Amino acid sequence: MAKRIGMEVSLAVAEAVKLANTDVIAAYPITPQTHIVEHLSELVADGELDAAYIPVESEHSAMSSCIGSSAAGARTFTATSSQGLALMNEMIYIAPVLRVPIVLAIANRALSAPINIWNDHSDIMSVRDAGWVSVFAENGQEALDLTLISFRVAEDPEVSLPISMNIDGFTLSHFIEPILIPDQAEVDKYLPPFKPNLKLDIKDPISIGLLGAPECYTEARKATDNILWQSKNHVVKAFDEFNKVFGRQYHVVETYRHEDADTIMLMMGSIAETAMTAVDEMRDNGQKVGLVRIRLWRPFPEEELLASLSKAKHLAIIDRHAILGCSSGPVGLEVKSLLYNSNLKPNASNYIVGLGGRDVTRDDFKYIFEKASSGQVQTRCEFVGVYE
Amino acid sequence: MTKPTIDALAKVGDLPLGFTAKPGSTMDFKTGDWRSVRPILDREKCIHCAFCYYYCPDGVYKDMYDGKDDATKYFQADYDYCKGCGICAQECPKKAITMTLEEV
Amino acid sequence: MRAVEAVYEKVTAKNFPKGPDMLASGHRACQGCGEVLALRLLLKALGTEFIAVSATGCMEVCTGPYPQSAWRMPWIHVAFENAAAVASGVEAATHVLRRKGRGYNQRIPVVAVAGDGGTADIGLQALSGALERYHENFIYVCLDNEAYMNTGIQRSSETPFMANTTTSPVGSVTKGQYTWKKDMPAIAAAHHIPYVATATPAQHLDLMTKIRRAAAIEGPAYLHVYSPCPTGWRMKPELSVEICKLAVSTRIFPLYEVLDGRYQINRKVDNPTPIADYFKVQGRFRHLKENDVAVITERVNADYQRLVDLSEKFPVENPA
Repeated sequence: MAKRIGMEVSLAVAEAVKLANTDVIAAYPITPQTHIVEHLSELVADGELDAAYIPVESEHSAMSSCIGSSAAGARTFTATSSQGLALMNEMIYIAPVLRVPIVLAIANRALSAPINIWNDHSDIMSVRDAGWVSVFAENGQEALDLTLISFRVAEDPEVSLPISMNIDGFTLSHFIEPILIPDQAEVDKYLPPFKPNLKLDIKDPISIGLLGAPECYTEARKATDNILWQSKNHVVKAFDEFNKVFGRQYHVVETYRHEDADTIMLMMGSIAETAMTAVDEMRDNGQKVGLVRIRLWRPFPEEELLASLSKAKHLAIIDRHAILGCSSGPVGLEVKSLLYNSNLKPNASNYIVGLGGRDVTRDDFKYIFEKASSGQVQTRCEFVGVYE
Repeated sequence: MTKPTIDALAKVGDLPLGFTAKPGSTMDFKTGDWRSVRPILDREKCIHCAFCYYYCPDGVYKDMYDGKDDATKYFQADYDYCKGCGICAQECPKKAITMTLEEV
Repeated sequence: MRAVEAVYEKVTAKNFPKGPDMLASGHRACQGCGEVLALRLLLKALGTEFIAVSATGCMEVCTGPYPQSAWRMPWIHVAFENAAAVASGVEAATHVLRRKGRGYNQRIPVVAVAGDGGTADIGLQALSGALERYHENFIYVCLDNEAYMNTGIQRSSETPFMANTTTSPVGSVTKGQYTWKKDMPAIAAAHHIPYVATATPAQHLDLMTKIRRAAAIEGPAYLHVYSPCPTGWRMKPELSVEICKLAVSTRIFPLYEVLDGRYQINRKVDNPTPIADYFKVQGRFRHLKENDVAVITERVNADYQRLVDLSEKFPVENPA
């Protein structure tokens, strides 16, 4: 039977990696990801997890080692944040085309400069084009569950892609929450052993990582794009199977009190917990507001998003990252682009919140609601609460 | 399928998973036409020392010795792949190999 | 176990490995490429059961243009600076899978291959990390052709003093490369790994024996292989093997091994060939004057003497 224990979310992610019987972990410490890899080191040191822990000398080497290890047929995990992900960038773009399943937990943290260790989504957004499946957790339970689900999706023979599991740095990674820790037997039922469909095998050698000339580069990129789009069905399947085993149902897009809402606030990550409280308070005041949260960021869940926004008159798209010199943040850009080609035309504005760990409060959401529900459309994103 | 604007090597759906290749498949590519000079062996002078075989960057030399007949004690270059670099002729201790201009 | 105790079979003319090369013909290396020659011999020495990892560079580009590959063993290339890190991952995976009963029954050598730029410049950090972590079945081969040849002969930290390259050109003010060649084997040895060795493809049996020894040793090994590049060195392609012999006989590239931190010179050079003989066949040194050659000769002799001193002070202790 699963046990409910109060546990730091980072440790819960590490416990999920242990329950997955991971073979290789290659990681480099960076705040706020450190507690994940510290706990994994302990689990390996105590023999609770039989894995190779490679204490690499950089994040670039962490992801390089992960690519090598996955290609050699080992279940592979790493974790990073911010500058670490930026240093990995080159490798992040290579892994999907080589079709090596890797689970990467990102404790999301702002990118320098100024140097800042606190939470926003600028790190993951720097690699949003790379071809990884990408999911965002809202709370501790989801972080643990999504870690297990990530292994299942990444290693699905029809997917065979790397996947990033995002948890907000500190505001999620360092919180202690009551978390149901599943049974090993349950996990074993859900997560089959890794059977790579591509492997460095001395009995059946292949060559991985070839030169792609102009005559085939486009096709190689498009093949990866195709498989990434197709992976959504496998994510949904993995969510449904998860529910069958563990009794918790996830969706690629989550909604809250949105059915009759005139104004929708759309976001990703843990701020949705605060936003739901704000929605409840505003609802108590008779304001028709609802919430949509993107759990699956890549591939972009177009149909599910459009369905969730079908009745919205006003749409506040909330970003945790600003694209400098551009009219919208990344979520804002993509949602507006999606709407442009649909018959939905809500008044959509984009709000940048919580950069570099600035608190995002219920009052912020109320402010955003007031602005959005006024019907006035802002062509440029607004940096909420900026002092200028 | 849309028509490719240039000669594409393969359709998207036909690419192998992970963009891989079969081992040793460069054998499909004959580098012999790079050659402007061809190594010719004088079998009379050949002492079967194998230096041409050891030192060929392209691995084109094959030991012809059948284990019985001394007349088969020599190494033959595979002209499908020989690029004509001339290392074999240079390193042959008996000067049994001469580089001769390819006839066009 | 000490490195000197590792059991391996020397490669000789008599027991030279039979069968097809592990690097197939049809690769696109230049005519007379000494680097691909070294690679071909190294891979042939290892049998068939090993995994190879390449850094980006000449050897990777010329052997793996989709849809073809020259490699006959499982091979992976990821990027330029990380062959050592990718090989670390492969090595750790084969190691742990074997322990968990899902791998091979025997040790599988993992061979990382990179050029001098991928080793001594951009790949140095990843290499240092891998050597320090002491991966058991890890062999790193630096194929040193003394510049970034794949991108068009730009200087690296392994380019010799005064060599002419496209980014250390000979001008009216400068005389080519203004720094001395980085001592990579010494850097590798400073990690106190069990085995470091230098080799050239001209001494082919020595080269092949050294990688066999590296594979037999439990722990990381580093091979620094002199790899002539006729294109980049402005040299006749047929001279690739001769130039190796000259590099050794002039003391420019001494052949030695560092076993368990102890030194052994494989080819003692008591009466060196004049270094001018080495320079005169290479266009990259065409501009050197007599006094330049004298300066270089002095340095080369001093470096050689230092190795001799090390081999006398810390000789390899062969097992009884």
